[in-house]
Amino acid sequence: MLLILLFLASLMPGNASAVLTIQISGGVEAGMPIAVVPFEWRGKAPPPVDLRNIIAGDLYRSGRFEILPVDDYLSRPSDNRQVRYKDWRLIKAEALVVGRVRPLGADRFEIQFQLFDVFREQQLVGHRWEVGQSKLRKVAHQVSDLVFKTLTGNSGAFDSRIAYVEVERIASTGPTYRLMVADSDGFNPRKIVASSDSMLSPAWSPDGRYLAYVSFEDGRSKIVIQEIKTGNRMKVSERPGINGAPAWSPDGKRLAVTLSHEGSPEIYLMDIEGQRLQRLTNHSAIDTEPAWAPNGKSLVFTSDRSGRPQIYRVSARGGKVVRLTFEGKENACASFSPDGKNLVMVTNQGKGQQIGVFSLSDKSLRILTDGPFDESPAYAPNGSMVLYATQRSGREIMEFISTAGRARQVLRSQKDAIREPAWAPLNR
Amino acid sequence: MQKKLIVALILLLGIVVGGCQSQRKIDDIAEVEEWNPMGGNGSSSTLDVSGLVDDETSGGETLAGVGTDDILLDDPLSKRVVYFDYDSNVLTPEATRIAEAHAEYLASNQGMALVLEGHADERGTREYNLSLGESRAKAVSDIFLAMGVSVDAIRIISYGEERPVDLANNEDAWSLNRRVEILY
Repeated sequence: MLLILLFLASLMPGNASAVLTIQISGGVEAGMPIAVVPFEWRGKAPPPVDLRNIIAGDLYRSGRFEILPVDDYLSRPSDNRQVRYKDWRLIKAEALVVGRVRPLGADRFEIQFQLFDVFREQQLVGHRWEVGQSKLRKVAHQVSDLVFKTLTGNSGAFDSRIAYVEVERIASTGPTYRLMVADSDGFNPRKIVASSDSMLSPAWSPDGRYLAYVSFEDGRSKIVIQEIKTGNRMKVSERPGINGAPAWSPDGKRLAVTLSHEGSPEIYLMDIEGQRLQRLTNHSAIDTEPAWAPNGKSLVFTSDRSGRPQIYRVSARGGKVVRLTFEGKENACASFSPDGKNLVMVTNQGKGQQIGVFSLSDKSLRILTDGPFDESPAYAPNGSMVLYATQRSGREIMEFISTAGRARQVLRSQKDAIREPAWAPLNR
Repeated sequence: MQKKLIVALILLLGIVVGGCQSQRKIDDIAEVEEWNPMGGNGSSSTLDVSGLVDDETSGGETLAGVGTDDILLDDPLSKRVVYFDYDSNVLTPEATRIAEAHAEYLASNQGMALVLEGHADERGTREYNLSLGESRAKAVSDIFLAMGVSVDAIRIISYGEERPVDLANNEDAWSLNRRVEILY
């Protein structure tokens, strides 16, 4: 059964351009059944934000929960005194989220939430916030993070940001490319920089303050580092040939990049000022798309030295290159899971491009998506989800897929294309 | 645009029917597709048939008196784009012929600046395609160097899959997008 819940586009602030569609296909395998009660609203005008929908969407997207439909709820409590655990056992909920929103005055709201264990009949966590309207969505994501952390033991990644490239094609002037930063669910998008030339491969610095990316401004590829808050930009590499695929080292001191000024495209480590270079690879084939292991000791990259693109590994000190992937016609664009145990990558098994997760311990490849135009996979900072670019009906969009449970969510834009997602590190 | 393409095809058909050996006719018509450097699929809104229009209008009056071979063995210098197979930087015989013609011209006209723009179709990842576009442009550049064009006269730029001529995602569009543009 395909159940589609449309998220409340009308509630988006201003001219926000992302529209979320939640697409639940086939249900989440082995997800914990959870009831999320609509938050009680104690105000005269309609509530500015539907917190329940944001929280339910977050929890669904993680693939770890089965969100029980509101119509089945036998009661609608908003705090612990109103909870009758029998009502929730009857609909087989294992956990219950309740809360309320109260206007305190001009642009001030009090939000309260509680999470209960239905079988033990006890509160697991509760929290209160006082915020302005612009922070209501953030509070909802923080509720989701608290629920996720309490019930799974792992950090949530909902109160985080993503970067991506948006393309608007205007016949008279040509395309406009915008590097965007948005909340982790695609809301509150804001422009970081706009250009009439393509931009690609945004990469977050580990402290979340900077984006490195490839820009084709002036008609040639170059690597730019931009401070998000101030907009200050620094061109760190515009060498002859390719300047591409920046990836920040975990300590934030270096960038791994692809350069071809010495011949064929090779992987280099570069200091942040772009001056000192250390060459890691040396092969006449294409070497590109470097990605750091979380411990900073090694990198993986794409190379077609065997004839087709496959994933290889090299020490951050250089030296011997080891081929990792053998399954499938092509594998490319790999990056490490935050725990360093898996790689997410684009794989071509003969059915186009799909997103797969490769286990570094047993070398198995698990396909997550259907393809055939899936690319640019980006792990959530807790590894629970992957955001990737794809095409539906000839339109470039992005999708989330959970690494467990295969919950899928579509991220659409009114613009002609959204692509090249990058997920920011947590809590910065 | 599509109309002009059809007109050109009808004109050429007319020549063929007008009296060459029948065995060659089919080959000749098949070659018309290749003749248009921007492709002849007719389905694309970005089709650029400007080269075709010139030849057609200038030759229209005298077509009846010209042998088909003269028309179809057109000057390779009029083609500024060479095409590649999927994930390949190997030049086809046709691409080699075109590159060599330009190389010969530039070798005898030293001092002209040449830009070789490498492109890829949308399949494969963007960064890989950036490298692939460059390796295609370098493969073309090798021909220019071998024929005596100065290395200083050649500039190589790769745009990967960032500047497609056809935005559709089908084989017709991809085959147009896998290309090196020879610009001088």
